[in-house]
Amino acid sequence: MEYLIDTTTYILQGAGVTVRLFVLTLVFSLPLGFLGAVGKVSRRKSLSVTLGLYTSVVRGTPLLLQLFFVYYGLPLLIPVLRFDRFTAAVVTFIINYAAYFVEIFRGGIQSIERGQYEAAKVLGMNYRQTMVRIVLPQTLKRVLPPVSNEAITLVKDTALVVVLGIGEILRNSKEVVSRDFTITPFVIAGVIYLTLNYGLVWVFGRLERRYQVYE
Amino acid sequence: MSDQHVAGGGHGPAGGVGGADAPGSYSAGGAGAGVPGPEGPAGPHGATGAPAPGSGDPRGQAAASEPAAAPAQGNGDTRSPAAPMIRARNLHKSFGDLEVLKGVDLDVAPGEIVAIIGPSGSGKSTMLRCLIHLEEITRGTVEIEGQAIAREIAGGAELGAGARGRAGSRVVAHAAPAPTATRQEHIPEAVIRRRCRKLGMVFQNFNLFPHKTALGNVIEGLLVVAKLSKSEAIARGEKMLARVGLADKRDVYPAYLSGGQKQRVAIARMLAMEPDIMLFDEPTSALDPELVGEVLAVIKDLAREQMTMVVVTHEMSFARELSDRVVFMDEGRIVEAASPEKLFTNPDHPRIKAFLEKML
Repeated sequence: MEYLIDTTTYILQGAGVTVRLFVLTLVFSLPLGFLGAVGKVSRRKSLSVTLGLYTSVVRGTPLLLQLFFVYYGLPLLIPVLRFDRFTAAVVTFIINYAAYFVEIFRGGIQSIERGQYEAAKVLGMNYRQTMVRIVLPQTLKRVLPPVSNEAITLVKDTALVVVLGIGEILRNSKEVVSRDFTITPFVIAGVIYLTLNYGLVWVFGRLERRYQVYE
Repeated sequence: MSDQHVAGGGHGPAGGVGGADAPGSYSAGGAGAGVPGPEGPAGPHGATGAPAPGSGDPRGQAAASEPAAAPAQGNGDTRSPAAPMIRARNLHKSFGDLEVLKGVDLDVAPGEIVAIIGPSGSGKSTMLRCLIHLEEITRGTVEIEGQAIAREIAGGAELGAGARGRAGSRVVAHAAPAPTATRQEHIPEAVIRRRCRKLGMVFQNFNLFPHKTALGNVIEGLLVVAKLSKSEAIARGEKMLARVGLADKRDVYPAYLSGGQKQRVAIARMLAMEPDIMLFDEPTSALDPELVGEVLAVIKDLAREQMTMVVVTHEMSFARELSDRVVFMDEGRIVEAASPEKLFTNPDHPRIKAFLEKML
């Protein structure tokens, strides 16, 4: 029993790193994704083409490869961009997840009916007012389910940073596994991931219900 | 009667809104200036050496110099108290290869109610949408209370960038030798937006903002565009909702309103912006039959208050009862514009007879 508690405590220390990575990624990639989406639907061709290139490259290559590239590759190309492991992980995750959010939000924005833009226009609103007051609030509601999916995937993707030797949930449990020759730590890790995701689902469920008032 | 093919030709507002002598003088001006659409049906006016399209009204053109200075044009320059609220000339609109409007002329006088009828696909809605710049006009001129939101001007390359501004008089000079060389004047989006604020529009599908309550919908434009304070906006918003009989629905989201209620909220939302002219694009077409009446009642109230209105409608009885003038469109052109009595009982054109027989 004591062994179980000790092991769990140790793995939970790793969970702190996981949660930090998770929160930092979301906090930066969500707004970036939002801005990127607005840029992608804008009439400025150069902007939408550039953003299209970004999302197709990032979404078309493995996150693991991107991790290696940012941590090992970037410093060789541009010496200033030498990050410590955790920063490298955070930067990679933000770049990666922002790309997905750009596409999710873009889809959400484009799902708003033309009539909404027209109603705003006949009221005298300009493009910015229309986006901020009419289109984006409705977009938020529509993108909640896919964003919640991404958030859940993100929790699990954090396990990838084990390859950089960052002490998060998976790495800490692996350590115990190879030290004690037992798979119990893996079970504990699984339970922790499950719990984290259960909490996420609950939060997003609340949000969705709050937005449900108008439909 | 062949010159009746052009809207704005013969018939002034039946209600005589602008004073006793106004409709006559307005009509004369409108007909003389209006006809020269190259592809339009050539009436007697068109044959008299028509000036180039867009330069039809020399007084108007001369005064229309800088876009910002244009306010003088409507009131100051044209003396008639019944100067048109909307003046459209030689309106063309194409979607790709499909030409939906093929040279439409329309004048709407203050207080006048114009009903636009015609078979589906005839360009009625497109014309309405062109008037409020929901569609960019391919060619032609549209003026709202004398201020252009689209203008066809004569001249090719030699007028170039200088055409705007002082070129007004030169436009006329150049027009005679090369009447076909025209192009669209560039008017900045923001200027168009400001001028279009004189217009309101109500859509077939309401287009309420689903994430806002009835009151939220009505005050949105007041807060964002008119920049009223929240309390002022709410006060006016509540008044508007009361006006359409929906004061008790102020905190209800559109999803919980009936079609008729939604459309009344949409009307209240538009009226809150205090437009001079209301455009209705088939306002009852998406409604269950039993809900049509409540929306028409609101529109009738507006008619009593002398609101200038252009209504695209399939409600023939409504058009007949309420409008001062009925415009029949077919295949992108105005076939006939006449008083409801004339058009519904004795139209000039057999196509109209055939259409009305099907509708009534």
